[in-house]
Amino acid sequence: MTNAANADAPATAARDKDARAAEAERDESQVSAAVVTIARPTRELYDFWRDFSNLAPIMENIESITVESDTRSIWTIKAPAGRTVSWEAVVTEDQPGALIAWESVEGADVRSSGRIEFRDTGARGSIVRAVIAYDPPAGLIGELIAKIFQREPAIQARRELRRFKQFMETGEVATSSRTRAHHAEHKAG
Amino acid sequence: MRALTWHGKHDVRVDTVDDPEIINPRDAIIKITSTAICGSDLHLYDGFIPTMKAGDVLGHEFMGEVVETGPKSTLKKGQRVVVPFTIACGSCYHCGKHQYSACDNGLPADNQDIAQELYGHPMSGLFGYSHMTGGYSGGQAEYVRVPFSDIGPIVIPDGIDDDKVLFLSDILPTGWQAAEYAQIEPGDTVAVWGCGPVGLFAVQSAFLMGAERVIAIDHFPRRLELAAKFGAETINYKDHAVYDALIEMTGGIGPDAVIDAVGLESHGLFVDNVLDQIKASTFLGTDRPHANRQAIIACRKGGRVSMPAVYGGFVDKWPLGAFMEKGLTLKTGQTHVQHYTEALLAAILDGKIDTTFLISHHLPLENAPDGYKLFHDHQDVATKIVLKPGLAKTKVEMPA
Repeated sequence: MTNAANADAPATAARDKDARAAEAERDESQVSAAVVTIARPTRELYDFWRDFSNLAPIMENIESITVESDTRSIWTIKAPAGRTVSWEAVVTEDQPGALIAWESVEGADVRSSGRIEFRDTGARGSIVRAVIAYDPPAGLIGELIAKIFQREPAIQARRELRRFKQFMETGEVATSSRTRAHHAEHKAG
Repeated sequence: MRALTWHGKHDVRVDTVDDPEIINPRDAIIKITSTAICGSDLHLYDGFIPTMKAGDVLGHEFMGEVVETGPKSTLKKGQRVVVPFTIACGSCYHCGKHQYSACDNGLPADNQDIAQELYGHPMSGLFGYSHMTGGYSGGQAEYVRVPFSDIGPIVIPDGIDDDKVLFLSDILPTGWQAAEYAQIEPGDTVAVWGCGPVGLFAVQSAFLMGAERVIAIDHFPRRLELAAKFGAETINYKDHAVYDALIEMTGGIGPDAVIDAVGLESHGLFVDNVLDQIKASTFLGTDRPHANRQAIIACRKGGRVSMPAVYGGFVDKWPLGAFMEKGLTLKTGQTHVQHYTEALLAAILDGKIDTTFLISHHLPLENAPDGYKLFHDHQDVATKIVLKPGLAKTKVEMPA
């Protein structure tokens, strides 16, 4: 065993599954982390993310996020057969310009949490690190949701950060769709 | 619209597909006036490139007229533009360094996973060249959607023929970058493997950059003739052993710089090439780098290797020992097209560079499948095929 506490390598790169899972805000079983450098100021990135209503276009599988108050928001995902599933998330930690953490409220259909950190890196902009975690829910609808969520859980955070970077650096999220109809159909997964 | 679509190995068809539309603010829609078949399109045609899907629209060398613009596009309707094959955002770290083919944001997020796994990092998007490079519809069509249209397309003055400027989209900058990467010094001898369009433009560019001698290597007499027209000495590898010839021609030193403009489909029945073909067909290795091996072995000590040729995966028996022991330098990569277009357009307008000699055929887009077959089967005759949308289908004679 290496001494993880003294290592410079991050826990999310650990070969040991339990060490990776320890990155989750709570004890969710599916944890996905990613890091990206974005050529924009830290405060601008934080401000954009802090308004959760901005995030649906860059989040994997998320249909919409409705902001209810400064700390509470309703997240909705599209489920098969035209159904949607929603849950409420609450901001649990907020350090302006540096960190935002959130988690689903007790009893939510989808138990999930996330944390995003922003760090100034000088001429290259900001280093942004995100950890997204969730538990596959129980029941039939849960199985459907789990199927959507877990399609490629390990790369979910990576793709979300790529879209975030694209939007902040270029003003749009890259798409190779040829028609608007195709784009609408394939948006967010 | 009508478009050339890929359906499998040696199966391309002109189909009617949905017209492209503006989706993002920086998009523009271009009505294609000329679009060429590229040597690298033959890699798709031969089924060497993974992540192709039936119905994909091919084509990454194209130009045309702006017919629609998104609110953030800087183009204007009616302008004639040549479009770089690399889709780059212009605002990321790499674009800031003019490393456009390494753009962070040109590939849709979902298409970045394969390159991230295979290469460690995703690259820029490319038009019409598999889903690994974005799944973007290409320009062998009547219309194309061009993302980041405020960065890529270069506006062409009125009165300049398409044929004079079309190759700014890919092969001219690629040949130029290949010569630049050879870091040519006055008095140098440069050897170029492959006298396809990129190789021929590399020959021209090498002389413009001060090479004293350029030696061109191929097996198609017609292509070697074209290289000779630009002042290159030639070696037909069917008739002569390339290493022996190069050593003799350079007084035992070897070329100062070598350019591999051949890539993953090296022709020639050399023993190592046959082994590579067997391995490629059994998925033990994907690339067939005979020309590259030969270039490294022939290159002088401390020389430079420039590799515009396309490689996609892994190679076997690459002479790493020769590379290390001789202290060679390698520069390679997809072309940073946007970095070169302005200066090369100026060179064309000044009459310093002429690329029209290369074009052997103009065909209606409707005959694109004939064009692919012609370019694939008869490279000695078909040096470059330009497709024209809007023309009625005709009968294409295949050489005997």
